[in-house]
Amino acid sequence: MTDFWILLTGALVACCCAILGSFLVLRRMSLIGDAISHSVLPGIVIAFMISGSRESFGMLLGASVLGLITVFLIQMFQQSGVQSDAAIGVVFTALFAIGVVLVSLNLRQVDLDLDCVLYGEIAHVHWNTWELFGTDVGPKAVWMLGLTLLIIVVVIGLFYKQFKLCSFDPALAAAVGIPVALFHYLLMGLVSMATVSSFESVGAILVVGMLIIPASAAYLLTDKLGHMIVISVGIGIASTFLGYGAAVILDASIAGCMVCAALLLFIVAFLLSPSHGLLARYLRRRRMQEQTIQP
Amino acid sequence: MSAVDSILSMLKDPNTQWILLGCMLLGLCSGVIGCFAYLRKQSLMGDTLAHAALPGICIAFMLTGIKSILLFLIGAGIAGLVATLGIGFITRNSRIKPDAAMGIVLSGFFGLGIVLLTQIQHGDYGNQSGLDKFLFGQAASMIGSDVTTMLIVCSVIIAACTLLFKEFKLLSFDPGFARGIGYPVVLLEQLMMFFIVVSVVVGIQAVGVVLVAALLITPAVSARYWTDRLGAMVMLSGLFGALSGVVGTWLSSTTASLPTGPLSVLASTLLFLFSLLLGPRRGLLAKQLTRIRAKRQLEQHTAQQPVQELAKEGGRSL
Repeated sequence: MTDFWILLTGALVACCCAILGSFLVLRRMSLIGDAISHSVLPGIVIAFMISGSRESFGMLLGASVLGLITVFLIQMFQQSGVQSDAAIGVVFTALFAIGVVLVSLNLRQVDLDLDCVLYGEIAHVHWNTWELFGTDVGPKAVWMLGLTLLIIVVVIGLFYKQFKLCSFDPALAAAVGIPVALFHYLLMGLVSMATVSSFESVGAILVVGMLIIPASAAYLLTDKLGHMIVISVGIGIASTFLGYGAAVILDASIAGCMVCAALLLFIVAFLLSPSHGLLARYLRRRRMQEQTIQP
Repeated sequence: MSAVDSILSMLKDPNTQWILLGCMLLGLCSGVIGCFAYLRKQSLMGDTLAHAALPGICIAFMLTGIKSILLFLIGAGIAGLVATLGIGFITRNSRIKPDAAMGIVLSGFFGLGIVLLTQIQHGDYGNQSGLDKFLFGQAASMIGSDVTTMLIVCSVIIAACTLLFKEFKLLSFDPGFARGIGYPVVLLEQLMMFFIVVSVVVGIQAVGVVLVAALLITPAVSARYWTDRLGAMVMLSGLFGALSGVVGTWLSSTTASLPTGPLSVLASTLLFLFSLLLGPRRGLLAKQLTRIRAKRQLEQHTAQQPVQELAKEGGRSL
């Protein structure tokens, strides 16, 4: 049963992250995902201090608010003339520092492990279960992730066309009357939700891997957004299973192994993709050379 | 008065002296090298390299079984080099954008590092207890030999930046021209990257993997608000870095439970906010004043115009 819950949690994380990651990669905002995943820390700590428990929904709210604040601050600094990468760097490090200071200020009352926030421990998922009407209905993390996935699927499904246009041509989207800024913040809100609901299982830093790596691999395999999302979800789930297998064999960190598996799959896609892979490019170049030599 | 007292007591404590010196040196050299990274739009490279250093550090420890900053430096340097080459290779040979390539390398290497770290923890490597502290950073654990290493690294970096100032300047603003007049651009780029790796690895020990990026970025961004000259910017940025190191150490020595690293980062963020508001010409306040002045001039101009024109027309009709 433990294996089942761990794999289900991992697969849910992979689904949430892969769907959102596709949009992030297309909009060249991969590193904003990185920034959000770090800067939700003060939100989590503040929610924890207010509620006094690891009540997940308060944390979800706190972290989502912090995620939006992060995006807002980055945008504000960019508009006042700071280079975009430097703006990202300044904002997330500052917020993360606030989070670390808050944790160390409340170390005595707070039973919140920094290691756990950053690295996560998916192996503990099945211990923290949720009881409904006296019956055990499974781990809390699974319910949280399921809810997040549902929200993501509903929001993206309803506004798929708008999100698509915003990722490829924001100027056109603005011209036809789509509120681009609103969709930008909606996407960022979803990214922070996904980050928070996954942080307990894979940790804040490895969420970045699940956001970016499967989506980038899918980006090399297809030219259609719909296909890209499906492939990226597939790669995410595959790396969950591969990673868990490797972790059991090696007796190593499960989350770390999952990201390594995703990296491995990315390398395979990078080398062997039929349209954009290294091998395909090389073969195409050679064929063209031969054609030009023998007309 | 109590602030002065606490500063004096901090200066008297020999343990804190090392930490103070270490944080100051660290801020200084990261600030200096961070300027060039900022101008070359590679600010987040520091973050990537800090994460990528983890597997290098782990492998260095697994091979030798010794915890020494010099060995970690070598391991992290090699890992950083592989990471930068990987990012370059991915962006050159596919349609993946640089930001995604950085994200892939950052998280992939970090994942690998975590796997190795758990291997070390489960294996029989004996004295591994300090390795995770190394990741989160613990300035308070700095000792004399660490500070000596920092002093050497810092003086090498600052000396190199002074000697190669002209070359680095050209490289930051116009690499194409630098190549045109025959500078060894690739070599210089690698050298600069190597300096970033070194300052990141030294910094990881004090402030941790995540916050080390701030030491590179924030002082440089703040310094950019005060000047348009690179020389002044580099000096100012080094000064800001050193100052935030000092303030961080002082604050953490007054309250027992607060870590030095995050406080230094917060101090340097405060300096950034201060610069953002008050910087001459570029700061928010200066911009607002310019706008108000321009508006007033325009109003005066438009208010005077009709009268003058009336006067002119009146003169003509007479």
